Amino acid sequence: MNSALFIIFAFLLLSIYLGVRAKRGKDMNLEQWTVGGRGFGAIFVFLLMAGEIYTTFTFLGGSGWAYGKGGPTFYILAYGCLAYIMSYWLLPAIWKYSKEKNLMSQSDFFVSKYNSPYLGVLVSIVGVIALIPYLVLQLKGLGIIVSEASYGSISPTVAIWIGVISVTVYVMISGIHGSAWTAVVKDVMILGIVLFLGIYLPIHYYGGFQPMFESIEEANPGFLVLQDSGMSISWFISTVMLTALGFYMWPHTFGSIYSAQNSNVFRKNAIVMPLYQLVLLFVFFVGFAAILQVPGLEGAEGDLALLKLSIQAFDPWVVGFIGAAGLLTAIVPGSMILMAASTLLAKNVYKVFAPNTSDEAISKLAKNLVPVVALVALVFTFNGGNTLVTLLLMGYSLVTQLFPSLVSSLFKNNYVTKQGAFAGILVGVLTVAYITISAQTVGTMFPSLPQAIKDLNVGIIALVLNIIVTVIVSAATRTALVTGKNSSEEIA
Amino acid sequence: MKIQHLLAFIPFIGLFGGLSFANKVTPYVLGMPFILFWIVLWVVLTSGIMAMVYKLDPAAGKEETE
Repeated sequence: MNSALFIIFAFLLLSIYLGVRAKRGKDMNLEQWTVGGRGFGAIFVFLLMAGEIYTTFTFLGGSGWAYGKGGPTFYILAYGCLAYIMSYWLLPAIWKYSKEKNLMSQSDFFVSKYNSPYLGVLVSIVGVIALIPYLVLQLKGLGIIVSEASYGSISPTVAIWIGVISVTVYVMISGIHGSAWTAVVKDVMILGIVLFLGIYLPIHYYGGFQPMFESIEEANPGFLVLQDSGMSISWFISTVMLTALGFYMWPHTFGSIYSAQNSNVFRKNAIVMPLYQLVLLFVFFVGFAAILQVPGLEGAEGDLALLKLSIQAFDPWVVGFIGAAGLLTAIVPGSMILMAASTLLAKNVYKVFAPNTSDEAISKLAKNLVPVVALVALVFTFNGGNTLVTLLLMGYSLVTQLFPSLVSSLFKNNYVTKQGAFAGILVGVLTVAYITISAQTVGTMFPSLPQAIKDLNVGIIALVLNIIVTVIVSAATRTALVTGKNSSEEIA
Repeated sequence: MKIQHLLAFIPFIGLFGGLSFANKVTPYVLGMPFILFWIVLWVVLTSGIMAMVYKLDPAAGKEETE
């Protein structure tokens, strides 16, 4: 057992210990398990929210994009920033309502606002379909990190099994309390490691940031900026907007909104989060540093840039800490996803069709669904192949389809009816599925349009269709409603 | 529309509106290509703007638990 492996396992055990210990003294009903009894203070909520944002994608994908795509990577910094602005008003409103109505899941919010359990079923299904590939991505990342950082002595398959079993155990026992404690360890680790790598590597290999960027620019002019066509400025703006809208629409993010003790946490977070996000900058720097040092990683292999360069630059014990941080970046969001998906399936799908089930039975079912969801994710992880990337791209666009009817439901007079919300979400989701599976772009659908429009993120089309259908169906069902009311009043 | 709501639009306009002029490598600022510096600048400004919004917002600062 080399020192890297030893450190990775030490951190894994620490996270399981903290995760399991978090249960102490709590009666784990569904409210405690999935939203922490709505008792989390500022720091836990901050870390949970940050924990879901700094995932293995950020760790491997952020550096991988910088390595393979260059300038377009910067969109990752921009969308979070704009999402935090919206969060200032959006999150307190969601929190307040959820507290009044004692909501547990994202679907509960739709069920309650639109008074329609079947809308909840639709929202749950969309959520679970979007969550599974997200979880699979975390698991794949976990496998890559641990097997690379152990210098190949643990295979990705074994690493993934160990990771999944650990998460499943502490999620079943401690729920979100476990995630919160693991998030503490994770954020301290990731902050230290990313800052260290992002500062040390450019200086060590190039003598500084500017010399590094200068040598990249010299080797590949235009790589560091947005392209003239393709990943252009209009691609950047549309992608940032879409991603920012989808940012808080993930079902597991809702769980952490509900877990807060008071709503002021979110307002303070909106000030601090943009700055905290700058950590990503250092992830990018690592990816850029790797371009000329470990050249030749093609396509998906670019995700290995950070690890390959670290292995080349450091002793095994340093690599061990990097591997441990990577492991935790998979485990925290992984645990939140498992919990959110299980809660949705138990409370918002199963209970709708078996309304007489008691709360205790639902709570028990949610916990027992954790290993089931984990197993489904494992099957996709080991057999997914390339369909996985397609599914993942779909995930973000899918949850974004929930945005129009969610935001509209926060207004005093909600124009959107339950039929409108249902039809809009359905049309949006089907459009996303069609576009993703047939690999269409705005350019292929409308080849005669100007380049700037052709470069728009194709998700815009689904969102626009969604809004149109929502408005039309709402208008139709509202008139029916109003006439219905009037005529009954006349009769009365 | 209150002033704190208008403030919130500034980062959107600034970040996106300046892109066509900022989409270049030189001059390097703080060692970063100009486009990256531009985005980082707006991230930092956003934090400042949200702090101003917080100060102006009558709802902020109250530890609502109801």
